[in-house]
Amino acid sequence: MSTQTIERAAERVAQATPSGLSRRIAGLSDGAIAWLFVSPTIVLLLAINIFPLLWTIYLSFTNYRANQPGRAIRWIGTRNYERLLGSEDIWGYMQATAHFVCWTMALQVLLGLGLALLINRNFKGASFWTTVILIPMMLSPAVVGTFWTYLYQPQTGIFSYIVNLFADVGPLNMIGSVELAPWAIVIADTWMWTPYIMLLCLAGLRSIPDYLYEAAEVDRANTWQKFWYITLPRVLPFLMLAVLFRGIENFKMFDMVVELTSGGPGSTTELASINLKREAFEKWRTGYSSAFAIILFVTVFGLGNIYVKALNRVKS
Amino acid sequence: MSVSTKAYSVSESGKRTKWLAGGMVVVYALVSMIPLVWIVLTGFKSPPDSIAYPPKVVFEPTMEGYVNLFTSRSRQTPEYIESLGPPQTWYDALVRERNMVITGPSRFLGRYWNSIVIGFGSTFLAVFLGTLAAYAFSRFRIPLKDDLLFFILSTRMMPPIAVAIPIFLMYRELGLSDTALGIILLYTAVNLSLSVWLLKGFVDEIPREYEEAAVIDGYSRLQAFVKVVLPQMRAGIAATAIFCLIFAWNEYAFALLLTSGQAQTAPPFIPIIIGEGGLDWPAVAAGTTLFLLPVVIFTVLLRDQLLRGITFGAVRK
Repeated sequence: MSTQTIERAAERVAQATPSGLSRRIAGLSDGAIAWLFVSPTIVLLLAINIFPLLWTIYLSFTNYRANQPGRAIRWIGTRNYERLLGSEDIWGYMQATAHFVCWTMALQVLLGLGLALLINRNFKGASFWTTVILIPMMLSPAVVGTFWTYLYQPQTGIFSYIVNLFADVGPLNMIGSVELAPWAIVIADTWMWTPYIMLLCLAGLRSIPDYLYEAAEVDRANTWQKFWYITLPRVLPFLMLAVLFRGIENFKMFDMVVELTSGGPGSTTELASINLKREAFEKWRTGYSSAFAIILFVTVFGLGNIYVKALNRVKS
Repeated sequence: MSVSTKAYSVSESGKRTKWLAGGMVVVYALVSMIPLVWIVLTGFKSPPDSIAYPPKVVFEPTMEGYVNLFTSRSRQTPEYIESLGPPQTWYDALVRERNMVITGPSRFLGRYWNSIVIGFGSTFLAVFLGTLAAYAFSRFRIPLKDDLLFFILSTRMMPPIAVAIPIFLMYRELGLSDTALGIILLYTAVNLSLSVWLLKGFVDEIPREYEEAAVIDGYSRLQAFVKVVLPQMRAGIAATAIFCLIFAWNEYAFALLLTSGQAQTAPPFIPIIIGEGGLDWPAVAAGTTLFLLPVVIFTVLLRDQLLRGITFGAVRK
């Protein structure tokens, strides 16, 4: 019995003691392994994220146009930034973006939190229906945008048809009309991303220990008080995390909306990213659009910083 | 005591509230499924049915949308079609009913194949590099660790169009424009943030004692990683891979701006499937259905890990 154990241990040691080159590799110090493991990731991110970012910063101070590669690049200082910040159009696009971000967040928080509270009642089949509800958020935003244009067709689309079943408003030209287009993108985004907020709220609700409600029961708290003093404070960090993340994503929104309305009609749904694409890849004002990109990036980076802080708070 | 718990169960809701809550959730779920169901149905409609007023719920199903998705056709005179003799296949027959002749396959299969190659290629790279980095970040002392981790996450925050401007110029210089390799590298870089953060969470959950025991047994650190830690990470790696795959599968902005012919994936292609007189909606719907189906299946398989994936591992249930 004991000889067997010793033999097995000896065998294991023998196996674990390779020779030659493999020994040298296997015998790497912890520090060497750490660098070996981390550096490919860092190198790739430097090459594909940081180097291009520095290049963008450089270009933002020039008059470069990418469709005329032969032309000399001229340094024009901060003129691109001055033009951007002084332009009324840019504020229009920013307003469209703000409208989109604020309304999508407001609607999704209401719906998402409501759904999470309902699902948390643990009715029969809750997990099945939760999975069904989650499906839209995993789909490709561009493809979602494409098929919502079909649903939004004023005469033949099912959206207008269903609305007219409940209210006799006539054909709704969701994409073509200046009043409705900003709401068309809000509705499609809400359809797609409410599950995200719901899922995080649900995680928050499930983190609340039962004894808190039991204690409240003893103190004769009513339903509203329980919600206000126990549920909401516990769910709020999760909710804020969700809103911050989706807020950043919607601030950068491009794919779904460009397929849905491509910024129209006029420029009513011309979000910042859509205009950026137009300036950079249709008008080829590379220098100018680089400056625009930097402004957007700084904004997102600031929000991202807050996001990571919130993340760490939720974690602890 | 026992009476009061029976009367107001604190954590469990009463039967009627449960029923009511369940009903409302089911209604939401059904309403939110209408767009998807409608698109799947449209894939089986004929072009006139797809733009009928009022919208047709009951219709005669046809495979025309799918045939149009996979073929390119040209309009011919009835005399010419007559001269071809009887149709060879069921899809020939279907197309000829519209006075058309199939001239060859469409570009859809190629785009779909590109999506598969680029999706799996970038997922493999992102998960491979991410596993190594996550292990190192979890187990070793690395100078400026928190800053590096934040840097890795922050790369995900950049607006894609802003990144695309210099990448476009860089790829033009390097000859990587419109190549699968260029897009794979780009998606890998974007997915690395997710894969490092998610996988680090999974490594953190594996007790260090396992490796320490292995090292005492005579394993080197590297052997302990390969033989002890990696097998424990299997489920985490699988979940991470699916998230990376879904991102690469769904991505649109980079694909639109950096690919055109050779390496274009399905998302920029589906919206521009043109029939006679505008968009061919049944074909678009058929393409959409085939494109979304894998993601729906993965979502169902992955439902317990979803929360973790969408919060970069911050929330774990």
